[in-house]
Amino acid sequence: MAERSFAKEVQDLRTGAGQEFHGEGILAITKALLECGVGYVGGYQGAPVSHLIDVLSDAEDILDELGVHFEANASESAAAAMLAASVNYPIRGAVTFKGPVGANVAADALANLSSGGVMGGAMVILGEDYGEGSSIMQERTHAFATKSQLWLLDPRPNLPSIVRTVQKGFELSEASNTPVILQVRIRACHVYGRFEAGDNQRPPLTVREALEDPRRRMERITLPPFTYQHEIEKVADRMPAATRFIEDQQLNEHFGGEGEVGIILQGGMYNGVIRSLQRLDLADAYGKSEIPLYVLNVTYPLVDTEVLEFCSGKRAVLVVEEGQPAYIEEAIGALLYRHQGSSTLVGKGTLPMAGEYTGTVLMDGVTRFLREHGNGLLPEAHRSTNGHAEDSDDEGLSSAVPIRPPGFCTGCPERPIFAATKLVEESLGPHHIAGDIGCHLFSILPPFEIGSTTMGYGLGPASAAALSAKGARRSISFIGDGGLWHNGLTSSIGNAVYNESDNVIVVVDNFYSAATGGQDVLSSRADRASKSTHHSIADAIRGLGVRWVKEVDRTYDVKRLKNLLTDALTTEEKGPKVIIASSECMLNKQRRERPRRNTAIKEGKRVVVPRFGVDEDVCTGDHACMRLSGCPSLSVKTLDDPLRDDPVASIDESCVGCGNCGEVADAAVLCPSFHRVDVVHNPGPLDRLLSRVSDVFIGALQQWRDRRRLVFEERG
Amino acid sequence: MSNSDIVKIAILAVGGQGGGVLTGWIVALAEANGWRVQSTAVAGVAQRTGATIYYLEMCPSGEQAPVFALAPAAGDVDVLIAAELMEAGRAVLRGFVTPDRTTLIASTHRIHAVSEKVVPGDGQAPEDRIFAAMERSAKRVVAADFQRMAVEAGSVISASLFGALARAGVLPFPRQSFIGVVQDSGRGVEASLRAFEAALADDQPTDQATEAGRVPPRGPNHLTVEWKALEVRVSELPEPVRQMADTGLRHVVDFQDLSYGKEYLDHLDRFVVLDDGAFLLSATAAKYVANAMVYDDIVRVADLKTRRTRFARVRKEMGLEAGDVAHITEFMHPRIEEACGIMPAAVGASIVARPRLARWLGRRINKGRHVRTSGLFWFATLYLIAGLKPWRRGTYRHRVETEHLHKWLDLALNTAPRDRALATEILACRRLIKGYSDTHARGEAKFDKVLGALPALKDDPNAAGMLRRLREAALQDVHGDALEAELSAFASAPHTA
Repeated sequence: MAERSFAKEVQDLRTGAGQEFHGEGILAITKALLECGVGYVGGYQGAPVSHLIDVLSDAEDILDELGVHFEANASESAAAAMLAASVNYPIRGAVTFKGPVGANVAADALANLSSGGVMGGAMVILGEDYGEGSSIMQERTHAFATKSQLWLLDPRPNLPSIVRTVQKGFELSEASNTPVILQVRIRACHVYGRFEAGDNQRPPLTVREALEDPRRRMERITLPPFTYQHEIEKVADRMPAATRFIEDQQLNEHFGGEGEVGIILQGGMYNGVIRSLQRLDLADAYGKSEIPLYVLNVTYPLVDTEVLEFCSGKRAVLVVEEGQPAYIEEAIGALLYRHQGSSTLVGKGTLPMAGEYTGTVLMDGVTRFLREHGNGLLPEAHRSTNGHAEDSDDEGLSSAVPIRPPGFCTGCPERPIFAATKLVEESLGPHHIAGDIGCHLFSILPPFEIGSTTMGYGLGPASAAALSAKGARRSISFIGDGGLWHNGLTSSIGNAVYNESDNVIVVVDNFYSAATGGQDVLSSRADRASKSTHHSIADAIRGLGVRWVKEVDRTYDVKRLKNLLTDALTTEEKGPKVIIASSECMLNKQRRERPRRNTAIKEGKRVVVPRFGVDEDVCTGDHACMRLSGCPSLSVKTLDDPLRDDPVASIDESCVGCGNCGEVADAAVLCPSFHRVDVVHNPGPLDRLLSRVSDVFIGALQQWRDRRRLVFEERG
Repeated sequence: MSNSDIVKIAILAVGGQGGGVLTGWIVALAEANGWRVQSTAVAGVAQRTGATIYYLEMCPSGEQAPVFALAPAAGDVDVLIAAELMEAGRAVLRGFVTPDRTTLIASTHRIHAVSEKVVPGDGQAPEDRIFAAMERSAKRVVAADFQRMAVEAGSVISASLFGALARAGVLPFPRQSFIGVVQDSGRGVEASLRAFEAALADDQPTDQATEAGRVPPRGPNHLTVEWKALEVRVSELPEPVRQMADTGLRHVVDFQDLSYGKEYLDHLDRFVVLDDGAFLLSATAAKYVANAMVYDDIVRVADLKTRRTRFARVRKEMGLEAGDVAHITEFMHPRIEEACGIMPAAVGASIVARPRLARWLGRRINKGRHVRTSGLFWFATLYLIAGLKPWRRGTYRHRVETEHLHKWLDLALNTAPRDRALATEILACRRLIKGYSDTHARGEAKFDKVLGALPALKDDPNAAGMLRRLREAALQDVHGDALEAELSAFASAPHTA
């Protein structure tokens, strides 16, 4: 089960015509899909559309009722390939994944799909993971749209616009036989708002009906000689059909009246641009603008006639296009040049070439544009260039505020794996270590600082392939269970087997695709009604021909992991050495177990709850434990003791008693200040008796000693 | 309606703090009052997210839908809620807090970043700078330890921050409406309301004033009489030294016995006579001589672990009441070094001198032991070890520690007449030695390395400053990279500082 449940929210998907739907962007998109009579949906999780997969997964009942097939695809590539159902059948289909990395993985299928074209509307809902909160390299998905010719929709980030764009997107796809990409940015996925709902539609043709009546059209298959014809079709038929549709249906929007300067913007930039104009008193709260705006809800293809008409008569036009390269600005520039346009084209330069267009960036850029080209449009207060807020760092604030990068959660089972790795490196020396995508990549940050590269999902061990030499020091690479099932089994493990690699591979198995929000994978331990789980990672890996496979079913056993890693790095055995380290993601475990435990305690059942503590008088404040942990619940505390210079370790009430502190203190031979307290809730008679006996005995001994020495009161 | 009619609220939180819950409550609050509201967030993926921003905009409902922004912009935020002190600092840094309009609601508690924890010394960020920046940048500051209020109410910080928002009075909604939202939230309503009310009423938790160390020790008559004699000696010390000496004396006597306390005061006297009117040298000695004399051997650990006060402290930390059943398990990993430490000095020394024998014995001792001190067997075992205290002076560890102590004291005492400030710094270098096993060894190596620079500093007028710089560098990182950098800079230009 995923980290966040939408079981309650998905009931809103039954909202019908005449009612108002309230909710998050991803729920609105799901609702729009149902209103469009979509026949099948699927995708692969990844921020910011992870929750869309969770919503679909939680909405399986509703999807079933409507005859909609849902597939939790194995990868983005599998998801994109699934859209093949719309090639020969008039069925609408939608898949979701993140961009651009998901599009990278899906690129092969997307290119094949768009070559032959589609009959039913095919849509990729793509979460553009760019700017603040992004977890990946900063690139644009735009290039995939232009290279394979998929139409790129970038709606204004409010629910009515997003919902309408889903509807029009399917129609556009069908009108031009071309798959479309609906691009939504991080915050738009999670924007809470409302829209007028419509009724859900059953697909006119379900996948079940299609299977009963299979069709094929040979000329749609991506194979010569048809491929040559496909390319001609793309430019001769599909592109003109698309631009005609966009123009007729007015998918792009105009705001504001006439004026000598105007702004052309991506739909996703609309709210930010309006906010800048609002702050400059050039637009009211409802978005009524004094500056003409041409909003591209479709950013590819551009409708040349619309662009030229907007620019005509304008002295200057600002293009607001987030990210680089500036595909839209360059296209508009070329267009204006070809048509002897006279407007000054402003864009990158006035706005920054790279980086997210935040409110502050847009405010600066729009102000600069109007100052230089606006001819007195700008209010007095903004005309001079030194209106900047004072530098707030006059007291060295920036050096005081520590950065807070992401890290392992409290009790994370991956922490001890890296503690063990660090200890092994202390005894065997540094090794080349390759990282992969997943929570385990947090190992690259302090306190562990383990891992030199990350090359893509499931590619950790593959990325260490070149660094392989017989008899040399072996490399260690990490891969998660998510990455393994995504493609790592072949790309990384199969690759190592076939090439007789001697390197060490650690599979970090936390029972989920945890980094994306705890979606289940093949090896998950949960029982799922409609999905097959419990598939053994070890069997799969052995099946590929790995002979040296060791399993650890409790990653908190730091000593065992340390020994296994040492063995793997030193054994004479040929071929890849694979350690599968398995323990459940603590976040998911707590989410499931804590309510159960609380209920059991309330019901009067005997429950033992562990938590760790530090004896502050034994702790010397050297923080060695924290250099092997980084656990949020293990922190520093300044004691009220003038003899102490440095803060001591302290464990707060958020500790889940995972055991890492004790195991690390033992394996690394740290100080004896850690202790575990097992609190017995609702103790039985035997518990009470034994506890009473030892309390009496211990109390007597303590008293005996206290009577023979000076006892100083404890501080605090 | 113009932009200024839109209320903009940003929430800066650390992942896992429940910023999403708070955001949901504010949305419900606005809608309950018939306002238009929009909220956005980067998907909250718990603690692993690091710092996270939630953002809301709202305005009274009209005919048309307003256009709201999706993220906060510098200089354009009305209410900034920071769920942790450094996040408040980060909000100021990012320009989200401005004197013309921003009400800053900040919880003053700390969630330390990893970078603050891994420093061998004190890596905690300076809080005063954040408080100063908050006051300087905000129109109004509502600051309190909202985390503690929440924990004491058995709730989470979103509830107390929601109470703080109600108290700030920046949203034109009645208090009852806030309460209604919490009541409708479904889970943990009572605890949430307690936290909400606490924040609303500004019930600042107060620390009970602690008369640290002033209570005389309890014990048998002959010991308290002797103790009083030592107290008299402390009271005769110069005023600036007295308090630290008293604390140090308690520490040392608690570690061993009263005659050990006498030794401590004897050491101290040797510094007092060399000191000037400020008595900085002696006060420093009072602190670090006590720390040096109280070394961490098995006897001390066993003693601390089996005390009545310790059992009481652990139970208090876990929130246990009388009659509750709990077991305490210790994680110990004694090595041959620790075992030799409590052997008679000659035996211990002879084992240490025979590495092969030490290794052979070590293999039998060196293993992690998870022992339950709340059970009879292990309690009795540790109790007996703690009972070795009377023989401690004869142990190998004591001999090693005493030699080390005297060498260091002599160094400081010999330096004092020539350069009192330098002698003070030599004493303060004791801070470098802490921890157990490898950490302890590394600390000692750093101590030796820093003091090893002394001969070269001999005639430098700023020798004390140089030594302090070396010591501070040694505390910055675990492997001593900063120290090496300082040392090599110092070697290339020894007289420039």
